[in-house]
Amino acid sequence: MREELLSIVEKNSRIDLKELAVLLGAEEIDVANELAKLEAEGVICGYHTLIDWEKTSIEMVTALIEVKVTPQRGQGFDHIAERIYNYPEVKAVYLISGGYDLLVTLEEKTLKEISRFVSDKLSTLDSVLSTATHFILKKYKDHGTILDKKHEDSREVITP
Amino acid sequence: MRNFLSDKVQNIQPSGIRKFFDIVSEMKDAISLGVGEPDFETPWHIRDEGIYSLEKGKTFYTSNSGLKELRGEICNYLKRVQNLDYNPDKEVLVTVGGSEAIDIGLRAMINPGDEVIIPQPSYVSYEPCAYLAGAKSVIINLKAENEFRLTPEELENAITDKTKVLILPYPNNPTGAIMEREDLEKIAKIIIEKDIFVLSDEIYSALTYKEKHVSIANISGMKERTLLINGFSKAYAMTGWRLGYACGPAELIKQMTKIHQYAIMCAPTTSQYAAVDALKNGDEDVEKMRQAYNQRRRFLMNAFSEMGLACFEPYGAFYVFPCIKEFGMSSEEFAERFLKEEKVAAVPGTAFGESGEGFLRISYAYSLENLKVAIERLKHFVERLREEKV
Ligand SMILES: Cc1ncc(COP(=O)(O)O)c(C=O)c1O
Repeated sequence: MREELLSIVEKNSRIDLKELAVLLGAEEIDVANELAKLEAEGVICGYHTLIDWEKTSIEMVTALIEVKVTPQRGQGFDHIAERIYNYPEVKAVYLISGGYDLLVTLEEKTLKEISRFVSDKLSTLDSVLSTATHFILKKYKDHGTILDKKHEDSREVITP
Repeated sequence: MRNFLSDKVQNIQPSGIRKFFDIVSEMKDAISLGVGEPDFETPWHIRDEGIYSLEKGKTFYTSNSGLKELRGEICNYLKRVQNLDYNPDKEVLVTVGGSEAIDIGLRAMINPGDEVIIPQPSYVSYEPCAYLAGAKSVIINLKAENEFRLTPEELENAITDKTKVLILPYPNNPTGAIMEREDLEKIAKIIIEKDIFVLSDEIYSALTYKEKHVSIANISGMKERTLLINGFSKAYAMTGWRLGYACGPAELIKQMTKIHQYAIMCAPTTSQYAAVDALKNGDEDVEKMRQAYNQRRRFLMNAFSEMGLACFEPYGAFYVFPCIKEFGMSSEEFAERFLKEEKVAAVPGTAFGESGEGFLRISYAYSLENLKVAIERLKHFVERLREEKV
């Protein structure tokens, strides 16, 4: 049940317990227990909402920043990652294989705020060697959801 | 001028589905539960392989029986999921959908006057194809109390000394019924004893929700008297690619290949390349779709039970087949009123044979969101009909 449950709530975190139990063919109480367990184990880390900010009047700029760092003795990348993810405007931090070390996602209201964050906060950290900032111009697909496409049923209405 | 039409073709009844289709098409804002094909688009990697084959210039005929690589993958697949051994060079024919395989399979087996046993409710093409092949159809009216499975008694009663072929339509469209190993073993005994042949339409074999599908070819003594028909339409959401296959005894496949060679030449080349990828890399996609169908199936069964609508639990395909006899009207009447009054289209059970009377085929090849809206309307409709009656 675990995997199927996760695949359902990953797509629809607002689904209620009763419906979830029906879809899984399980008892409500068992589903509730499993959910509680998944939350306690930290498998389910939150129930978020996917928002296309483009369609609101709120300005929102997203940047992906590649960061090269020198790992620190005894702590590897963990310490510097923590220094970075503690900033609330940082939405995601990933350790990356390849040409650079950390990928940082940043959301801010303006370009200026992002460049200020990079020049004042990120670049000045001791172990940061260099940064490269990429601004997102348009989001086509996010979290597995295609943002600007209405699904159309192009099938014939009745078929055998 | 002389009538240029053959008597035979004029005798064929147009499909009951067609009539209903014409009514539905006029209603622009109706929502439909009447579709017999997946709502999913073909998984991207499969489409991509088709596109890639075009880019590489694979735009020619393939051999009559289909790409060697595809026949090989079909055999690997049947070995993997059903433990069946077929020889890719002699016992497999790639066809234009399961549809073509049904047609030429019957044509290759039937002599004038032979009888073909067709359990109904079932898919609409068996009877006309048997008729065109020159057979006489003997219909078995399956029963709801048997969950629309074929029982040994029903089979035994339908067999005469003219019986040549039994069509075995499981997992079933429109009922969603399945036949499990024990069910198959019981009828296999009779089939062998009476020395008849089976055309097993297993196009929905990947979509079962209890045990894994068992092919009758897997029952001892049956492989040599079974024509197994399957395809890519339902499992891989590839209806528009028009690709299926038939596996069976070499001599039968050889004769079918002759008809195929003259009538069709070969199945679409692009589709064949895409299908190789489907069989090699598609298991996970099929499982994901199966899981989604299963959730919808549970949702519908739960909704029927909440509104007190009688429905046996179907374990296959993507249809449920609720009983509407309590409302005292025919399936067609029910479906038409449901459409006019609630703007939901579902196919009357009678489109699949007389024994579909009193039932409605509801397809769950729709998103849960769609199904929820439709079920709200069904609930509304059912409540109103019940009030009318008192
Ligand atoms: C039971 C059954 N058999 C065969 C077919 C034919 O499928 P295709 O020709 O697309 O393989 C269908 C399609 O609806 C079906 O429901």
